[in-house]
Amino acid sequence: MIRSHFDEDLKQLHREIVDMGSFVETAIASAVTALKSYDVERCKEIIESDKKVDEMERKIESQCLWLIARQQPVASDLRQITTALKIITDMERIGDHASDIASLAIRITDRSFFPESEMIFEMAAAAIDMVNSAVMSYVNYDMELAKATEEKDDIVDDYFNKVKHYLADVFSTQPHRMDVAIDYLLVAKYLERIGDHAVNICEWVHFSQTGEHKSTKIF
Amino acid sequence: MTDTKIKIENLSFFYGKKQAINDFSLDIPKNRIMSVFGPAKSGITTLLRSLNRLYELIPDTRAEGRILIDNEDIHAPSVSLTQLRRRVGMVFDVPTPLPMSIFDNMAYGPRLSGIKRRSELEGIVEQSLKMAALWEDVCDRLDTPAASLSGGQQQRLCMARVLALKPEVILLDRPCSGLDPISTAKIEESLQELKKQFTIVIAPHNIQQGGRISDRAVFMLSGNLIEEGTAEEIFANPTDKRTADYITGRFG
Repeated sequence: MIRSHFDEDLKQLHREIVDMGSFVETAIASAVTALKSYDVERCKEIIESDKKVDEMERKIESQCLWLIARQQPVASDLRQITTALKIITDMERIGDHASDIASLAIRITDRSFFPESEMIFEMAAAAIDMVNSAVMSYVNYDMELAKATEEKDDIVDDYFNKVKHYLADVFSTQPHRMDVAIDYLLVAKYLERIGDHAVNICEWVHFSQTGEHKSTKIF
Repeated sequence: MTDTKIKIENLSFFYGKKQAINDFSLDIPKNRIMSVFGPAKSGITTLLRSLNRLYELIPDTRAEGRILIDNEDIHAPSVSLTQLRRRVGMVFDVPTPLPMSIFDNMAYGPRLSGIKRRSELEGIVEQSLKMAALWEDVCDRLDTPAASLSGGQQQRLCMARVLALKPEVILLDRPCSGLDPISTAKIEESLQELKKQFTIVIAPHNIQQGGRISDRAVFMLSGNLIEEGTAEEIFANPTDKRTADYITGRFG
């Protein structure tokens, strides 16, 4: 029962971060589906929902700062709160990229040119899977899952290189379609960055349990 | 905002000619924890003792202004001092167990107030010890001397003893001084439960404790109220530089 109120605050913080993680994961999946189906209304909803992600981030930041100011956390409690502050930044960026993809999806009107667009959707599935696993690794403080998720980043990077090479070819052979090719390249770049943010989340999950970040003991 | 339990209006307090509290006004909300903090000699203990007129035990003291509890002036001639101190209980910085068993310590106040039936006393003792988070520690040794308890347990016994009188307000004057972190955490935890039933005014033993437990806080300096607000306002964004300097350890 000692410090049970503080423990409850920490659990609440954890729950809110999990909610934020689920929210941004859904946002990317939705953005990719909207791109696939050219659903402008859905795209607008995703762009609008980014405000909610920002609100979630502000709220969690505020909770963390109050906990630090009022509870003077040390050791694992301090690591947990620091982790929270770090990973919500990555989650917020993932939310931004979902919104970015939705904005591009509205703009991409010529989709027939891209016979291998499936490659983008496979890449998206891999990136979404990484976000899902990163959030799950945080849910259970599962370091093995975190590590496995970090390794999946190579798959997303490989997809990005493939898409890039394909589009480079489009640039040289179909210059009249360069605008839309650039938009697709941006989508791929956002997905690649989403993978990087998922890796960041996993690295902070590792830190929360060990005090080590990227193999360096920092706390 | 909850109801005001205690209203202090223009309180000034004197030890002989020396003024310890200067024209102090404050509303203390019901069922909340109000921390009063500041450097030594700021008038904090005096303020707490004013709330149940405990200072009257000290010769040549004088209070001016009004203190209303549930809109009733505690200095009114109609107010019984015994009743007032039952309504407003106090826990001091040093535990003060009486030289008798745990049970008798607990039953002392209720007995004085006329309760004689053993079963009734047992009920009060158990309930009060549970509220002070001490019951599990002592339920199988109520007849042992209270002095055999650890410092933290003795302090929780003193809290339970106050609770046994069914007060409305609990004053705590640095109740965790000299206690280890576990005992301190137990007391802080029980305060969070107790505030649901009582109004709590505490002089925390340090700023960190004030930050952890308070709903509202007031900073005092040289007998003056410098700043009052929610714990969030006082411990994160104080508006007065003196408060800011004190809580960040830059003076005091």
